[in-house]
Amino acid sequence: MRLPRKLPSLRCVIEAVGLTKRYGEKVAVDGLSFEVQPGIVTGFLGPNGAGKSTTMRMLLGLDRPTAGSASINGRPYERLRAPLCEVGALLEARAIHTGRSARNHLLALAATHGIGRRRVDEVLDLVGLTQVAGKRVGGFSLGMGQRLGIASALLGDPHTLILDEPVNGLDPEGILWIRTLLRSLAAEGRTIFVSSHLMSEMSLTASHLIVVGQGRLIADASMSEFTASAGRTVVRVRTDEAPRLRDLLAADGVSVTSTERDLLTVSGLSSAEIGKVAAEARIALVELTPQQASLEEAFMELTRDAVEFGTPMEEAAL
Amino acid sequence: MTSIAMNPDARLAVTQSRAVVSEWIKFRSLRSTWWSIGIALLISIGLGILFSDLRGNDLASHGGFEPDQTALTLRGFYLAQLAVGVLGVLFISGEYSTGMIRATLSAVPKRVPVWAGKIAIFAAVIFAVTLVAAFIAFLGGQAVLSAYQVHGIFLSGPNGNIGFSPGSAGTVHSLGVSISHPGSIRAIFGAALYMVGIGLLGLGCGFILRNTGGAIAALFGLVLVLPLLAQALPGSMQQHVTKYLPLIAGTAGMNTVSSTDQLAPWAGLGVFALYVVAALGIGLLVLRRRDA
Repeated sequence: MRLPRKLPSLRCVIEAVGLTKRYGEKVAVDGLSFEVQPGIVTGFLGPNGAGKSTTMRMLLGLDRPTAGSASINGRPYERLRAPLCEVGALLEARAIHTGRSARNHLLALAATHGIGRRRVDEVLDLVGLTQVAGKRVGGFSLGMGQRLGIASALLGDPHTLILDEPVNGLDPEGILWIRTLLRSLAAEGRTIFVSSHLMSEMSLTASHLIVVGQGRLIADASMSEFTASAGRTVVRVRTDEAPRLRDLLAADGVSVTSTERDLLTVSGLSSAEIGKVAAEARIALVELTPQQASLEEAFMELTRDAVEFGTPMEEAAL
Repeated sequence: MTSIAMNPDARLAVTQSRAVVSEWIKFRSLRSTWWSIGIALLISIGLGILFSDLRGNDLASHGGFEPDQTALTLRGFYLAQLAVGVLGVLFISGEYSTGMIRATLSAVPKRVPVWAGKIAIFAAVIFAVTLVAAFIAFLGGQAVLSAYQVHGIFLSGPNGNIGFSPGSAGTVHSLGVSISHPGSIRAIFGAALYMVGIGLLGLGCGFILRNTGGAIAALFGLVLVLPLLAQALPGSMQQHVTKYLPLIAGTAGMNTVSSTDQLAPWAGLGVFALYVVAALGIGLLVLRRRDA
């Protein structure tokens, strides 16, 4: 792979200012403002339906914002002279005509910029599709389709990549391939803006996080800041009187979740405070264990109120 | 600091001519393109020759004369228009149904070059292919007609032959006409232009509706069903309305004998072109405004 070009000192690569998208009554993206810094992997995290894909489509000029604006390297995407050479994009839904061969798909996209046949062969080789380049895309597996999507994104050798849920639906081998590729692209100093609804996926690659829920910005912080602030201590409490204890613990800044009938996970209170409340109410505790929250839990906590279609599991368990 | 500084190879940029090349690659790299064109060729040439033979045989044995031998040999295009129209629809609706449109518009975010590129490539290819088909259908059909002979007397008028009186008293006439027959070359070009127009009308419907089935229904509803509906109009009104419908106006250029039911050849093609321009114009408006 060619080395990315030196990037001039930019304030930010991708900028969204008050980005809003309404579909009738429904607000998909609600006044979202953020910046993506050059040369790092920025994770775009949020539950399904949080507006991540819509935001990315607006960044690429595919969807028109209802309000606000987005820019790439200081310009709206529509005004870029050679968009494929500045941003490569992989969108969640496949954007490939199934009746065309992989090579012809890439040749057609390359032709719009005057990119040569040699570069098409290069990216085919890079994603490991050289053997099937002449085959029609309709017969491709999801993983092969995703590889072709990555090849399209890399066609113009862009410094910035926008990837929407790149591992979604892939088999373990495909997931590993994408992760390895993301790391090597990041190591070359490219800017990567990658969305996911899984924190675990982000923790492997991203150094900065933009978290959204119900179209609104929830957090915009470096991974280390995020871990430090969100990774507060939680306490596992096991008792036969879980519902009663839960009610007693309820207070501002305290959150109690439950995944088993007799198990509570409490954040916002220390184990000593919980023990005191239980003793005063004469509730016998089977277990009282302080735990460091995982990133995944921190994310769940952060977006719990913003989950559009939350499962009523927590209530049902009580 | 501009994007050009980031992209030292300033030769890489989106241009209209590059968008045309891209559309050409997309057009030629789908099997459906060549199936549609192959079927259109087969139908237009095959039916032209078949109709010529059937008519020639009938006239030779029962007497009579074919007033417009050119139009007879071009009749196959009335069926071939289905293949060409569908191809025009698919050229854009196929991108929407597969999601390809998002890749296309990411590469050409100004969108207009995509629209113009599709029109340019489609018009050029279909015009070339159907013009060749029309010449072959005409020459083949006339060759077949020339094998049949009828006896009779031509009744001449200022615009050529206006009638024919069959009977053994007259001279022997060959049914076929040559390429130099008045209006024949114009009719051949008229057939190719009508095919281009039908395809572009389909392309316009595809841009507007984005859905293959809907656009095909709209196209052939407009072209084939409207004349049938017009038949329900009262006589005087019907005569005025019908000649301006896309099918009737667009095929006016395929005849060599004028009729009061149709506009003059170029006037008809002009009216037909208005439908095409309107469909493509609305298509451009919605392409620019709508989310991809």
